[in-house]
Amino acid sequence: MSEVTYIDAIHAALDKAMADDPGVFLYGQDIGTFGGAFKATKGLVGKYPGRVLDAPISEDAMAGVAIGAAIEGARPVLEMQFADFSSVAFNQIVNQAATHYYRTGVPVPLTVRLPSGGTPGSGPFHSQSMESIYAHYPGLVVVTPATVADAYSMLLESIELDDPVVFCEHKFLYRWLKSENFDGDALPIGKARITRPGKHATVVAYSAMVHEAVRAAEILHAEGGWEIEVVDLRSVKPLDTDTVVASVARTGRLLVVGEAFPWGGVTAEVVSRVSADGFHLLDAPPVRLNARDTPIPYHPKLWSSHRPTPESIVHELLKLLNY
Amino acid sequence: MEILSDEGGRRHVRSVYRAMLTARVLENKLGSLYKAGKIVGGVYLGKGQEAVSASLATCLEKGRDVFAPLIRDQAGRTAFGEDLLDCTRTYLGSVDGPMRGRDGNIHRGRPAEGMPAMISHLGASISLVSGMLLAKRLKGTLDGVVGATCIGDGCTSTGSFHEGLNTAAVEKLPLVLTVANNQYAYSTPNVHQFACERLVDKAVGYGVRGHQVDGTDMLACVEVMYEAVERARAGEGPQLVVAEMLRLTGHGEHDDAFYVDAAIKQSGVGRDCLEVGRKQMVDGGFAGGDEIDTWQEEAAQTVQQALAQAQKERSPDPYQDDWQAYATHLSTYYNQD
Repeated sequence: MSEVTYIDAIHAALDKAMADDPGVFLYGQDIGTFGGAFKATKGLVGKYPGRVLDAPISEDAMAGVAIGAAIEGARPVLEMQFADFSSVAFNQIVNQAATHYYRTGVPVPLTVRLPSGGTPGSGPFHSQSMESIYAHYPGLVVVTPATVADAYSMLLESIELDDPVVFCEHKFLYRWLKSENFDGDALPIGKARITRPGKHATVVAYSAMVHEAVRAAEILHAEGGWEIEVVDLRSVKPLDTDTVVASVARTGRLLVVGEAFPWGGVTAEVVSRVSADGFHLLDAPPVRLNARDTPIPYHPKLWSSHRPTPESIVHELLKLLNY
Repeated sequence: MEILSDEGGRRHVRSVYRAMLTARVLENKLGSLYKAGKIVGGVYLGKGQEAVSASLATCLEKGRDVFAPLIRDQAGRTAFGEDLLDCTRTYLGSVDGPMRGRDGNIHRGRPAEGMPAMISHLGASISLVSGMLLAKRLKGTLDGVVGATCIGDGCTSTGSFHEGLNTAAVEKLPLVLTVANNQYAYSTPNVHQFACERLVDKAVGYGVRGHQVDGTDMLACVEVMYEAVERARAGEGPQLVVAEMLRLTGHGEHDDAFYVDAAIKQSGVGRDCLEVGRKQMVDGGFAGGDEIDTWQEEAAQTVQQALAQAQKERSPDPYQDDWQAYATHLSTYYNQD
């Protein structure tokens, strides 16, 4: 049986979007003949001449060009070589793209792809998770697919949305995550998914952390018969508070896991919302688990204990379950 | 040059000067309103920069070209065909203005009509206009189109300037980038802003054609802008135009510009381009003094009407505003709070 990977899904979604709509074009560094740093665009330049454009190393200008093209009615998909480098384009994304519809009534149908998160040996500047930062800004949609099917359907939906979307695709999942095909339950952006049902505690996670949370749940099931519910946020903005609170209503306990730095951010937002909306449902204080509050280290030994792991998730869950 | 000699050129020059004059009349009135406390936020005037701004935009055609003005481009906005009401409504926060009270003063535009709304982060419009041109190229509608935007001397220090101009050059886009070197970026003089002798020399570094002009000399501006826009239109790629002048106001009306060197004020760049322009109009036979006086009276009336209209319009109502920051109404999930 042939298998497809997470990055295959991204490639296939780009291909389909370009085939379906001549207004879709791709812009980014080394995405043409080279096919992109991770080969997400491999072969597309030959298939869609003039619509896969290599950009100079100028993230600010790349974002500005893409926003201008979107204002003009095109549907640009901008590839940042690494999510980390989008900091150079931060101004254009948060001040130009995010404010544009509110200020002028003219939409910005832009998708910015951010190869996000850590892999062993990537170090401080090729490992960052930027979703919390972009989610802070009104006007941006921020999505974080965790499955092959979601990578496919959510990228297509992102390109179709009239709003600027920050598409956080996880580099570790690119070739590690495999599936039989791109099909899955077709949920819209903004809707969370119960990845694994349970009754003793809820783990809310997104992107690669969904898989770590599922492994933690499997460990606890095998070792203690615990049934841990795992909720995949899928998109962090909009954030599906209803599904999260409904899960907490079933389990009474909440752990929120994110790979980003701990100060503020998506995990804090989820805890805050559940504390406000579902305080009466909680049997224990809600807990969150993030990466450590240091730059992201290079050596795989340091790196793997910098981010949440199945073991650290199990550790937090046991404290929560025994509260 | 032919732009100044034939009948079409004569009309062109008259349009440039009228836009300059109208902008000056409007801005004098805006300054008075600010000092009377009738305008919230800031008022930013283009006095002293009208010649370069109007000369650029008079070469552009609304509905075909793109014009992304900056802070001191009221004259260019007027020349491009922006309704004065867009200005007065935005300054006064009218809900009927293009920004509906959501943004103010010079942060206005109609991007769907080829005039992007500026953000305060300098240089951001350079790549934005390039993107609009790129989209037109993809659609096959770029032929004969020009995109123009304006910056000041301060902006040439930004990364956006470098990235934007370099990218436009790489893509050979028909971009006209005008630098109004008005000697001060807010209070910072050129000497603390850049170390090159002539800003126009930067053009060489990017592989684009550079043009330098005395921004106080209306007819010189008309000629240089016409040439730059026509070269871009003809497919010669980005054009960088650097105009030398002094801004004749503070950074905004809140700023008395005490820091401006008296010697610079007395020098050639301290000339008022509107006064120079009037003399050139009369001496060159483009218009008589009486006709110019009539234009000025008409401008005063038009400005008064636009202000009166904006003043009687509704201001935005927080209970009526839809507060919608998203174009896609996935209402089940978006803006759920």
